[in-house]
Amino acid sequence: MFKAPVMVKYMKKNKTQEIISFAIKKFRFSDWFAERFIKVVAFMSITFVALIFIFVFREAFPVFRMDVKQKIGSVDLVQEKYGEEEATPATANPVSGSAIKVSKPSSTLLSNVWMPVSDNPRYGLIPLFFGTLKVTLIALLFAAPIAILAAIYTSMFAKPWIREIIKPAIELLAGFPSVVVGFFALMVLATVFQDIFGYASRLNSFVGGFAMSLAAIPVIYTITEDALTAVPKTYIEASLGLGASRRQTAFHVVLPAAVPGIFAAVILGLGRIFGETMIALMATGNAALTSINPFESVRTLSATIGAEMAEVVFGDTHYSVLFLIGSLLFIFTFALNAISEFYFKNLVIRKYQSKK
Amino acid sequence: MNRNRKDIIIESLTGISVLLIIFIIISILAITIKGGWPNLSWKFLVEFPKDGMTKGGIFPAIVGTALMTLIMAVAAVPFGVITAIYLAEYARENSVFAKTIRFAVKTLAVVPSIIFGLFGLGFFIGFIGQNMDKIFNGGVMKWGQPSILWASLTMALLTLPVVIVSVEEAIRTIPVEMREASLALGATKWQTIRRVVLPGSVTGILTGTILAISRGAGEVAPILFTGAAYYLADLPHSLSDQFMSLGYHIYIMSTQSANVDATLPIQFATTLVLLLLTFSLNAVAVVLRYRIRKKAK
Repeated sequence: MFKAPVMVKYMKKNKTQEIISFAIKKFRFSDWFAERFIKVVAFMSITFVALIFIFVFREAFPVFRMDVKQKIGSVDLVQEKYGEEEATPATANPVSGSAIKVSKPSSTLLSNVWMPVSDNPRYGLIPLFFGTLKVTLIALLFAAPIAILAAIYTSMFAKPWIREIIKPAIELLAGFPSVVVGFFALMVLATVFQDIFGYASRLNSFVGGFAMSLAAIPVIYTITEDALTAVPKTYIEASLGLGASRRQTAFHVVLPAAVPGIFAAVILGLGRIFGETMIALMATGNAALTSINPFESVRTLSATIGAEMAEVVFGDTHYSVLFLIGSLLFIFTFALNAISEFYFKNLVIRKYQSKK
Repeated sequence: MNRNRKDIIIESLTGISVLLIIFIIISILAITIKGGWPNLSWKFLVEFPKDGMTKGGIFPAIVGTALMTLIMAVAAVPFGVITAIYLAEYARENSVFAKTIRFAVKTLAVVPSIIFGLFGLGFFIGFIGQNMDKIFNGGVMKWGQPSILWASLTMALLTLPVVIVSVEEAIRTIPVEMREASLALGATKWQTIRRVVLPGSVTGILTGTILAISRGAGEVAPILFTGAAYYLADLPHSLSDQFMSLGYHIYIMSTQSANVDATLPIQFATTLVLLLLTFSLNAVAVVLRYRIRKKAK
């Protein structure tokens, strides 16, 4: 069991080496055990990701099952039309009132109203999706240009000693706990922006989006800076040698070469904003509205989980719906990560290998 | 437009972006210090909250955060170090197994923190905790509810990638010659790792631990419903108790409390404490990491 791989491994070497390696490579239990043990522990990281998948989905699953059970189980609900907006109120049938309550979830998921705590609970995810997209868009509009321009400055224009200060300073921002950024947005930014723009609701998607951009800037900045620095020096020298200015070199040579890396950076920044909970809870106002006005409150998916999970009953429909939202968030960030990891990384590698 | 002028304008635009970011960082720091410093005193740090949390200190929140991050580190660091050893010493770069582990670690790093909270609730509390109650406690609720243990373990999962990345980086800075020398003297691979590689990467393990603690102290979303409590009259005594935490305290005081304005000084002071804590931890980690990188060159 043990000697076979050694044989194969040393077959191609000369006779003396082969003998020496056989002499040295004795079977030692501690070595064998250590390797197996380390491998098993390392494997646990994969297990953890799988467990997160399984358990977040497991708790979300009853949303659909309750509905099926209901359709089979009770006869007096046949006349109810599930697809239509204004379903009959839960109080219409006092006898099986509770049964109706748990039967509704998956039929109201696509409705326009998020009202989980009421006599007639409705779990419309549309306003939450809308709110999340709106805040994400606002945050990205702030974060992406600022972070990318700052990265260009750091890697192209800054003097080395300035770079040594800027880089750790911006990475410092990544070390700010999001609850601190949320607190800052709640106490300071909200007031400042209200004074400037004079809107009605103090906490809104604009304040939340701006605060979230502070969480995304270090992510986008760091990866963009890496991508820009990874562009071969020969490109820059060739461009400068042809008489281009540093600005032209930066924007016409280095930036296009680093585009896949910058895309990956923006995508990871997007994931960071999308899942951000504390800032959303504290600064977006948490009203599930669907208005295009950036100065209106919104309620994001993650903030909904954070705000409501502590109050729900274990195993309740509301509980399952919140887990369903969590599953959606998880799938989305997982997909974003996979895209940036496999697609863009390959692009970067292929680009430099083919041109070098 | 003159080419030179265009150059200058665009270059200064990039410079302004940097200044803007730094301006925001400085204003967060300045405003927190300005609001929190006058209220920060020794008494504030060692007193319990009083009068329905409108007066008094944040002692239980500090202790709670410390205990939680300690348990978290005990769980996360050994796991992280062993995984890092595997990735740096045993794994072949192109093997599917190693690639999958890397991808899993990366996934753990980018999954939103609230998902960890859901996982902690569904897995630790709902699955492990409730089954433990069924088997050991005869159905009496002890483990099947939010507690400091479950919160710490949830946080440990979240900070695992931080530890792995730091330790792996440190292990890779150890020269190959040292490993070869050890192997040439007849040591086995495991002996080499234990006597040469691990002692050489102590600084890296320390850096990873500090960064993980700093991250764990600042995160709130994972502990929202796995163990953090609004107010406790006592410190946690056992692993199944709930605890108060600095970050949760800030969140609760600034959004849920009945009289936000009255407790504003406490909120600012708590924020300052949390910021100082994570800041000093990060600063130590930066210095240690700088030393590792200098040694590598």
